[in-house]
Amino acid sequence: MSGAAIEASDLVRDFKKGPRAVDGIDLRVEPGEVYGFLGPNGAGKSTTVHMLTTLLPPTSGSARVAGHDVVTEGPAVRAAIGAALQEAALDPFLTGREHMTLQTALHGMRGTAARDRGEELIARVGLSQAADRRVGGYSGGMKRRLDLALALVHRPRILFLDEPTTGLDVQSRTSLWEEVGRLAADRGVTVFLTTQYLEEADVLADRVGIIHKGAIVAEGTPEALKAEIGRPSVEAVPAEREDLPRMKQVLARFGESVPGSPKAVAVRLDGGDAQLAEVVRALDAEDIHVEHLQLHAPTLDDVFLSKTGRSLEGEAEEETADEEEEPEPTEAVAA
Amino acid sequence: MSRGGFWSVAGAVAWRNAHNFFSNPAMIVPAMLFPLFFFTAFAGGLSRVDSVPGFDYDAGYTTFVYGFVLLQAATFGGIFTGFSVARDFESGFSRRLMLAAPRRGGIVAGYWLAALMRAIFTIALITAVALVAGLAIDGNAVDLVGLYTLAVIVNAAAMLFGTGIAMRLRTMQAGPAMQTPAFLFLFLAPVWVPYDLLTGWVQGAASVNPVTLVLESGRGFLAGDPTEVLPAFAVALVLAAVTVLWARGGLRSAERVA
Amino acid sequence: MTEAVRSAVDSGLPRQVGMLARRSVLRTMRQPAMVVPSLVFPLLLLSINSSGLESTTQLPGFPTDNYLDFALAIAFVQGALFSANSAGTNVANDIESGFLNRLSLTPLRRMALMMGQLAGILALGVIQAVTFLLVGVAFGAGIEAGLPGAIVIVLMSLTISAAFGCIGAFVALRSGTGEAVQGIFPLLFAALFLSSMALPRDLIEINWFQTVATYNPVSYMLEGIRSLVITGWDGEALALGFACAVGLALIALVAASSALRTRMVRT
Repeated sequence: MSGAAIEASDLVRDFKKGPRAVDGIDLRVEPGEVYGFLGPNGAGKSTTVHMLTTLLPPTSGSARVAGHDVVTEGPAVRAAIGAALQEAALDPFLTGREHMTLQTALHGMRGTAARDRGEELIARVGLSQAADRRVGGYSGGMKRRLDLALALVHRPRILFLDEPTTGLDVQSRTSLWEEVGRLAADRGVTVFLTTQYLEEADVLADRVGIIHKGAIVAEGTPEALKAEIGRPSVEAVPAEREDLPRMKQVLARFGESVPGSPKAVAVRLDGGDAQLAEVVRALDAEDIHVEHLQLHAPTLDDVFLSKTGRSLEGEAEEETADEEEEPEPTEAVAA
Repeated sequence: MSRGGFWSVAGAVAWRNAHNFFSNPAMIVPAMLFPLFFFTAFAGGLSRVDSVPGFDYDAGYTTFVYGFVLLQAATFGGIFTGFSVARDFESGFSRRLMLAAPRRGGIVAGYWLAALMRAIFTIALITAVALVAGLAIDGNAVDLVGLYTLAVIVNAAAMLFGTGIAMRLRTMQAGPAMQTPAFLFLFLAPVWVPYDLLTGWVQGAASVNPVTLVLESGRGFLAGDPTEVLPAFAVALVLAAVTVLWARGGLRSAERVA
Repeated sequence: MTEAVRSAVDSGLPRQVGMLARRSVLRTMRQPAMVVPSLVFPLLLLSINSSGLESTTQLPGFPTDNYLDFALAIAFVQGALFSANSAGTNVANDIESGFLNRLSLTPLRRMALMMGQLAGILALGVIQAVTFLLVGVAFGAGIEAGLPGAIVIVLMSLTISAAFGCIGAFVALRSGTGEAVQGIFPLLFAALFLSSMALPRDLIEINWFQTVATYNPVSYMLEGIRSLVITGWDGEALALGFACAVGLALIALVAASSALRTRMVRT
C-alpha cells in the first residue's frame, strides 16, 4: 500500500457522445493535504471527482482512495470519503434538521449519537437558527454550508469539494474557506478541492494541479508554479486618456501584452522586477504622465497561460458564453 | 408611427412563435395529439350515445363530437399561445421585444397571428382525421365559413385572455390560471350530449355558459341547420372585445416593469 | 431467518426504507400544488361527467340507472395518473438536483430507495382513494359490496397508483428529466380514454375501439372497481382487475428498479 490518500494512474473517461473528458490523469494526494484542482468549465474536473468518488467508472486507468480501489472496492471508498458535489444536492421540501436526520440514519447512526452528531455539525456551519426551515428557503451560502455539514456526518478521512464556492457572495465564500482550512489544519482531513477560482486555489491549497482539456498541465505548490513563470507584469494607467496608445507602444518594448483594465496598459516584463526603473524612464522620456503604476507578481492564471496559451479567466468567460442560449420551449399539457 | 411598423412587429413576433411551435416536437406533438384523441375517445367510445332517447342531432355522433373538438382546438390553441407569452416573460425575451418594438400592440397582434396559425394547423389535422372517421358535413360552403369564422373568433378570445394573464403574472406558473377557466367554460357545456339531455347542475351551468351558444351554433352549421347564429356571434364578439381590453391592460402592466 | 433476510436486516435495510419512506411522504404532503389538483380534477370531472352523461343510463344494457355509480371508478384511475406525474417529477428533481448522487454516496441500498418512493405514492393514493369514496357516497353513489367492498376498492386503487407511480419513476430514471415525465402524461391519458371509461365495453359501437378497450388493462381495472360499486362481489371482474393492476405494478416496479440500477451507477 502506497500510503497516499488519493492516487490515480492514467485515469481516462470517455463519453459516448463528445470528446474525451479525462485524458490520462496521474495524481497523488498525501494524507492531510489540501489539493486544489484548478481549471475552467469543461476541463474535466467534475468528471475526475465523480470517478474518484465511485459515481462514475473510469474507461481505463486506475485510482485508489483511502487505500481502496475505486472500481472494485466502491463501498469501502464511500465509507471513507465525504463529498459536496457541484450541485448543492438538497431536497427543497425538507428542513436542514430533517436532512441531517436522514443522512445520519443512512450512515447507520442511531439514537442520541446520531442526534448529537447532527446538532454538532449544524452548529458548526452556523445553521442552528435555520435548521427547522425548509431548505427551499435557504440562500446559496446556507445551502453550501448544509451540504458541507452533510458530507462530514460520518467523519470521513477524505473530503471531496467540487466547486464549493461557485455562485456564492464574498462573505459566504470566506466563511466556507475558513471551515475548509479548519478541517484540514485541526482534524487532518485530506481535502480534494476543484475550483475555477485562482484565489481559492491560492488561499486554500497546499498543492495545485492545473487541468486543461482533461489532462494535468502543471502541478505543484502555488508558489513553485508561479516561480516557474518568474516574470512579473506591470500595469500603468495614463493621466491623460489620449496617451493610452503611446503608452502601449512604449511598454511593448519591455515584454508581451497581458490582459488588463481597458483604461490601462499591462505587459509582462521580460527582464523581471529590475526593469521597472527603465519603464518609468521610458515613459518619462516620452512625456507620458502616469496616474497609476503597479507591479504584479505572477498568478496561477499566468501559469495556466504559459502552459495552454490561454488565460484561465478568459476560458471561463468563453465557456459561460457558450452555455447561454435561449431556453428550449416546452409545452404544457391540457387536463 | 406608420402601419408598416405595427405589422412588421406583428409579423416578426408571429414568425418566431410559429417557428418555435413547428420546429419543437415537445410543443407540436401534444397540440396535435390531445384534440385527436379527445375526438377518437369520444366519437369512438361514446358513439352509442346517438341511440339515447331524445338524441336528435341528425348529422350523427361523429359530427356532434367534431363540433366540440373543433371548439376545444380553437380555444386551447389560443391558451397555449398564452403559455408561450408567459414563457417569454419568464426567460426575459419579452423585455427584448418590448425594447425593440416601436408599436407594442404589434407584439400582441403577432401572438394572435401565431395562435391563428397553430389553430389552423390543428383544426386541419383534426378535420382530416374526422373525415376519414366518417365525419358527415351537411352544411354548405356558407355554413362552413360561419363555422370556421366562429372558431377564429374563439381562438382570438382565448389567446387574448391567456395573453392578458401571462402579461400580468409574467411566469409559467400562470398556466393553471389560463387553463382552468378555459377548461371550465368548455366542459360546462353540452359536450357529449345535446343540451336537452343534460341533467343536474351541469344543465344549469350550461344554460348560462356563453360557450353553449357558440357550440350549438357550430353544430348547427355542421348539420346544415344554422341555429342561434346571431346570438352565438354576438357572444363570441363580446368575448373577443372584452379580452382585447383585458390583453391591453396586461400589456400596460407589463410595460410598467419592462 | 434466511441469509438474504439476515443480510438485509444487518445492513439496516428496514431502517433505510423507513427513513426514505418518511422523506417521500413528507415531500409529497408538502407540495399542495401536486396534491390538490390530484384530488380536485378527478372529482370535478366526475361531477361533470355524471351530470353530462346521466342520459346514457337509458341505453338498453346499461348496468345501472345512476351514472355516478358507473363513473366513480374513473376517479381512482385518474388519481393514479396524477401519482405517475408526482412520483416521476419527484424522482426527476432528485436526479436534476444531484440529490440522487448524495444518496449514492451513502450505504443506501437501491431497494430501500424504490420502497421509499413507493411509500410516498401510496400515501397520496390513500388520501385520494378515501376522498373519492367519501365524496362519491356523499353524492349518491352506492357501494353494493358494502364496507368490505370499499376496503377492496381502496386496495385496488392503491395497486393502480403503485403501478402508475412506478411508470412515472421509470420514465424519470431513464430520462433524468421532469420534461419527459410531463411528456408521458398524454400517453397515460390515452390509455384511460381508450378503455371502457365512458361506456361498458359491450355498448361500445365502434369495433376497433371496442377491440382496443378489450386489450387495454385499464378497462379491467375500471371494471374491477366498478363491479364492487354496481354489482357487489363479482369474482371474475375482481380477479381480472387485480391481475391487471398487480401485473402492471410488478412490471413497472421491475422496470423502475432496473432503471435505478443504471442511473445510480456506482462501483
